[in-house]
Amino acid sequence: MSDGPSPRVVGESRSVNGAFGLLAWVVGLAYFFPVFWMVLNSFKSELDANASPKLFFHPTLDRYRDVTKSTTGLLSFGEAFTNSAVVVLVSTLIVLTLAIPAAYALAIRPVAKWRDVLFFFISTKFLPVVASVLPIWILAKNLNLLNTRMALIILYTGINLPLAVWMLRSFFREIPRELIEAAEIDGAGLKGQLTSIILPMAAPGIAATALLCVIFAWNEFFYAVQLNPVQGSTVPIWVTTNISTRGDFLAKLSAASVLACIPVVLAGWIAQKRMIRGLAMGAIK
Amino acid sequence: MNTTLGTRIAPRPLGLSESWRRRLPLLPALVFTILLTQVPFVMSIWYSLTDWKVVPPTPRQFVGLGNYGKLVSDHFFRQAAWTSIELTVVPVLGSILLGTAFALLLDRKFFGQGLVRTLLITPFLLMPVVVGLIWKNQMFHGLYGVINWVIEKLGGTPVEFISRYPTWAIAATLIWQWTPFMMLIILAGLQSQPGDVLEAAKVDGATPFGIFRQLTLGHLRPYMELGILLGTVYLIQVYDQVAVMTGGGPGSTNLPYFVFERSIGGGWDFGRASSYSIVVVIASIIIATVALRVLSGLLKGEEIA
Repeated sequence: MSDGPSPRVVGESRSVNGAFGLLAWVVGLAYFFPVFWMVLNSFKSELDANASPKLFFHPTLDRYRDVTKSTTGLLSFGEAFTNSAVVVLVSTLIVLTLAIPAAYALAIRPVAKWRDVLFFFISTKFLPVVASVLPIWILAKNLNLLNTRMALIILYTGINLPLAVWMLRSFFREIPRELIEAAEIDGAGLKGQLTSIILPMAAPGIAATALLCVIFAWNEFFYAVQLNPVQGSTVPIWVTTNISTRGDFLAKLSAASVLACIPVVLAGWIAQKRMIRGLAMGAIK
Repeated sequence: MNTTLGTRIAPRPLGLSESWRRRLPLLPALVFTILLTQVPFVMSIWYSLTDWKVVPPTPRQFVGLGNYGKLVSDHFFRQAAWTSIELTVVPVLGSILLGTAFALLLDRKFFGQGLVRTLLITPFLLMPVVVGLIWKNQMFHGLYGVINWVIEKLGGTPVEFISRYPTWAIAATLIWQWTPFMMLIILAGLQSQPGDVLEAAKVDGATPFGIFRQLTLGHLRPYMELGILLGTVYLIQVYDQVAVMTGGGPGSTNLPYFVFERSIGGGWDFGRASSYSIVVVIASIIIATVALRVLSGLLKGEEIA
């Protein structure tokens, strides 16, 4: 994002730039405030959290202990995180297994009408999930898949597959044609070309794609709550179990929220440049 | 079958023509996507043409467009449709404006640029459920919310935002979460701007504002369109924030939540609920048609390159 100095700043005075920099900092900090406050609340006692906002307090890790210890009956922290991890990782692996060959067939040795196929994939993202949730619920019920991880694995694969095909195609297009042609002359088939050239060269792009799939699947709530309200529930549902109708819960809820968001936020922070490219350019190129 | 596909290349030893060899790697993904998206969609259309209550179980009856006829006079449906429009238009416009402003701020060199960008994208990485819950319970809360604390400090009276202004509270939350998405798309646009043109304009004595209005804005247009259209197709489906912030109700039940309420959420009227969801699909198709036209315009450029 910040590659090379921008030519625009030439001729503008230092103080103007300084003022804009300061403004950017103020805006950034203000925008981040709700997240900062959530983290702060997670270290408070319920008494401190449910009071007039206070910046100084006696920090404690007790809320984290409260939310991670297994509560009887309700979905436990361990169960929810295990379910989420299994569902997210397995569905992402299936997405890549299906999307990499498909992207090859759209970018490197394109099928006839590749553009129509690409549009078909992306247009399925425009189909609202409400339009399919009832038939899916009925199908899942008839196949005894309600309240199983399998149901979510299949659905999250479906959610992420079009996006992955779309993004991977744009990354694959950037691989120099000569390399692939050379491998072809050497007699490499699809598998050989993939393992010797395409996968190593597109590895950063594949990683960015996988990361986006992980983020969307980890955060998904609608299907999870519709199909797995009883068993096989994931982290977003676990977060909502920390709301109680009796007594204060803000500090506990904040601790649960921090735990639920940390994996994706950290991954997003680390990979932000690639992700930005994937999100913005992957959609455009 | 192969001959009809117009390939002139002799079949390989495997017996597959060149076009099928090209198609094969695509098929698993394509079949999976069709099975998972188109089949349920067609089933939804069929359901919407029937009178079908699951609880208590009643025999399914074909009623043609009867469910759609009832939509017109259904007060609750109209209310949900209107809420859906509000909860889509307001967040999309709010986040594109704010996102453009943020992108312009970030598109300059300054100390800690990367850090500010990290702060700004964070809301987009948060779980939507968490976003809804923290805005409800720590920002908008009537007694201990941060916003009411500020209002009180300024001498105003606290407001129960969630119960008094549910639509606006949810819309504000959505703007907060979606602004980073818009910002990233606009930022990509700003950074693809050819530097020499801007330089030439500057040499010709154009003012910074003039450059922005005449050059930058024109260059950003497709990016803004893309942001608006992608934002619209995602935001029209919002469910999570509604579910955790208000759990439905006047001014916050949008169409996706309404479909849920009338079916698996307790209504169990699958026939009519399906007709609501088809209306959402039709609205989305209209938006998506425009979206795809914009995307295809952007893809055309690729072929020349």
